[in-house]
Amino acid sequence: MLELIVISTLNGVLYGMLLFLMASGLTVIFSMLGVLNFAHASFYMLGAFFGFQISRWFGFWPALLIAPLLAGAIGAAVERFGLRRVHKNGHVAELLFTFGLAFAIEEIVGIIWGKVPVDYRQPDILDFPAFTIFSTNYPAYKMFMLAVSVVIFIALLLALKRTRIGLIVQAALTHPHMVGHLGHNVERIFMLVFGVGTALAAVAGVIAGPSLVTQSNMAALLGPILFVVVVVGGLGSLPGAFIASLLIGLLQTFAVSINGSLASLFGPLGPDLAATWLNDIWNVTIAQIAPIMPYLLLVLILIFRPMGLLGTRET
Amino acid sequence: MTDLASSSVAPPRPTLSDRMKFYGIWILTGLVLLVLPKVFSSGGSMTTFSLVGISIIFALSYNILLGQTGMLSFGHAVYYGLGGFLAIHAINIVGFHKWPIPLPLMPLIGGVAGLFFAALIGWVMTQRSGTAFAMISLGLAELVASSALILRSFFGGEAGISANRTKLFKVFGLSFGPQIQIYYLIAAWTLIAIIAMYALTRTPLGRMCNAVRDNPERVQFVGYDPHVVRYIAFCFSGFFAGIAGALAAINFEIANSAYLGAVQSGTVLFAAYIGGIGFFIGPIVGAIFVTVLSLGLSDLTQVWQLYFGLFFIAVVLFAPGGITGLLMMHRPLVRAGMLSRMLPSYAMAALPTLALCVGLMLMIETIVHYTVNPNEDPHIQAFGIPFDAASPITWVTAAVLIVGGFLLARRAWSRVGETWDTTLTAARAKVHAL
Repeated sequence: MLELIVISTLNGVLYGMLLFLMASGLTVIFSMLGVLNFAHASFYMLGAFFGFQISRWFGFWPALLIAPLLAGAIGAAVERFGLRRVHKNGHVAELLFTFGLAFAIEEIVGIIWGKVPVDYRQPDILDFPAFTIFSTNYPAYKMFMLAVSVVIFIALLLALKRTRIGLIVQAALTHPHMVGHLGHNVERIFMLVFGVGTALAAVAGVIAGPSLVTQSNMAALLGPILFVVVVVGGLGSLPGAFIASLLIGLLQTFAVSINGSLASLFGPLGPDLAATWLNDIWNVTIAQIAPIMPYLLLVLILIFRPMGLLGTRET
Repeated sequence: MTDLASSSVAPPRPTLSDRMKFYGIWILTGLVLLVLPKVFSSGGSMTTFSLVGISIIFALSYNILLGQTGMLSFGHAVYYGLGGFLAIHAINIVGFHKWPIPLPLMPLIGGVAGLFFAALIGWVMTQRSGTAFAMISLGLAELVASSALILRSFFGGEAGISANRTKLFKVFGLSFGPQIQIYYLIAAWTLIAIIAMYALTRTPLGRMCNAVRDNPERVQFVGYDPHVVRYIAFCFSGFFAGIAGALAAINFEIANSAYLGAVQSGTVLFAAYIGGIGFFIGPIVGAIFVTVLSLGLSDLTQVWQLYFGLFFIAVVLFAPGGITGLLMMHRPLVRAGMLSRMLPSYAMAALPTLALCVGLMLMIETIVHYTVNPNEDPHIQAFGIPFDAASPITWVTAAVLIVGGFLLARRAWSRVGETWDTTLTAARAKVHAL
């Protein structure tokens, strides 16, 4: 039991940190530009596939650096030549633009790399068990993923709190017009933030690719969960996104490892009830409903705290 | 004071000719729907028409949300799918018990199912509009779509639930076995649904929906609750989506989890937006366009979904009003009889744009050749144009067409913009002078 708790906690925190790498970019972009980047998970996918391709050509370590830069450059270009153009047509048009973009990126990735998972492997140097806990080997690569995401998290925190550009970004989160009035080039900041945000998502893709499945539908699978994180944490709240990421990461990891169902708790249903659809609910295990856990959490949050855990904005 | 009072009375009743025109359109639509199978009588076109009809109802129901109330939903297929599933179950139950309920009433069951679930889920969802609503609709859609795979006895798992539509109580000796009878059933429901949804836009509720879309704060000042207005609109939208889903279930005699999925939600969004959400007729145009295009494009090229996505992005970028919006823009020019002034500059712009498109197509198809099927014959054919994907001439042509087409098209379209401004000003002046 203790083994399960320790391993699940580690995995959950890891998954949560990966989620936060993406959700942080999404939140900052949303707060500053007012646009929800539907294609954010697509940049995560681009990061994974760029990482796969570059690590084939030059090895994993160059890929870890180049792939996010490439994806970030694409992200900045999308902001400069796409989003800025549709901005005058309102938020719905911006959201729809990123929606179409997500659709197109999925198709393009499917064309170039195929629809089946690619063979994206972790580097050999990290292919050993980091430590053994209760007879379970914990892979070093996972510790490396955790380390990378924690380092980036701290760097992001320092950049936001300690640097001048971070100060401007923070100010632009709450008072974008005032920042513009003070003479900062808000458009360039937007482009920069969009580029950095998408690059962060790509980092998550590069490091998560080998341990999860690198496939052309990975963006579509992860995208909705990312939105749940942002809504649950509270729109535009970075600390909220952090808490929600960890919460959902832990929730899903623990749910996967629990095999209980209502039937195992209270015993099987009577024969006349077992023939109805109630039987489905009675026999489903918690592990089976793990994929819908985040959405259940979303519904609960909407009913009891519509503005999210740490949110302050109504819309 | 008398002036103020008199200005608040209802607008004058429409003249006889206006009313003739108004009812004439509906009667004409009905006649067209009646005659269509006589003109195109092949089985394939029957199937296409049926799909188009379903798609029209679904897209119009979506536009109650997006176009009229300003709520962008990424999960509209939930109500479509649940309507479909309930209708399938209803057909099975009614057929099993031999109750005297004929098939043509089944869409109503689907509609009530859609209404019920919209009423159930909607209250929480419609609390907020805008981006928050969009995200929440996506999350709930994922919730329902994933739950559908868990609740196997109701949703039938991967395989879905099938039914036999011919086993029901027969009216007028119609068995609803042949596709032509299904076509007429769908056509009748489509006409009813279009009229009902059009009528809805004319009611005070429809007007309040527009007001909520444009300025919810002001609506509150007037004394309405935007949340309630959004909720009612959401329920109506769910009702009509349920009808569409039930018709789809009747058409295919099966309902599966794909009905509820993200692809279905995305398709209806594409249809409504490409057609144009600003006008009532927009989603109808979009539904016809998207359905016919997706059926036709898949024969022409392997990667039609990519073209589809790129086309959608182009519409969002350059024609936010959709197809209908583009056409309606020209109304003042047509009225002033000055449309011909625009035609030369359109022709000038069309040529490089076409070149750009052909270049992009060459590039995409060449890449597809090398990545998807590298071992096949490089002499490929896309959109009926044969070319050699392996020859450098093709690559150079593609590059020249893209770069040249892009540069020329940009200049030509800015020229079109200038001509447009002057022509429109002239047209306005002319109409006002009359």
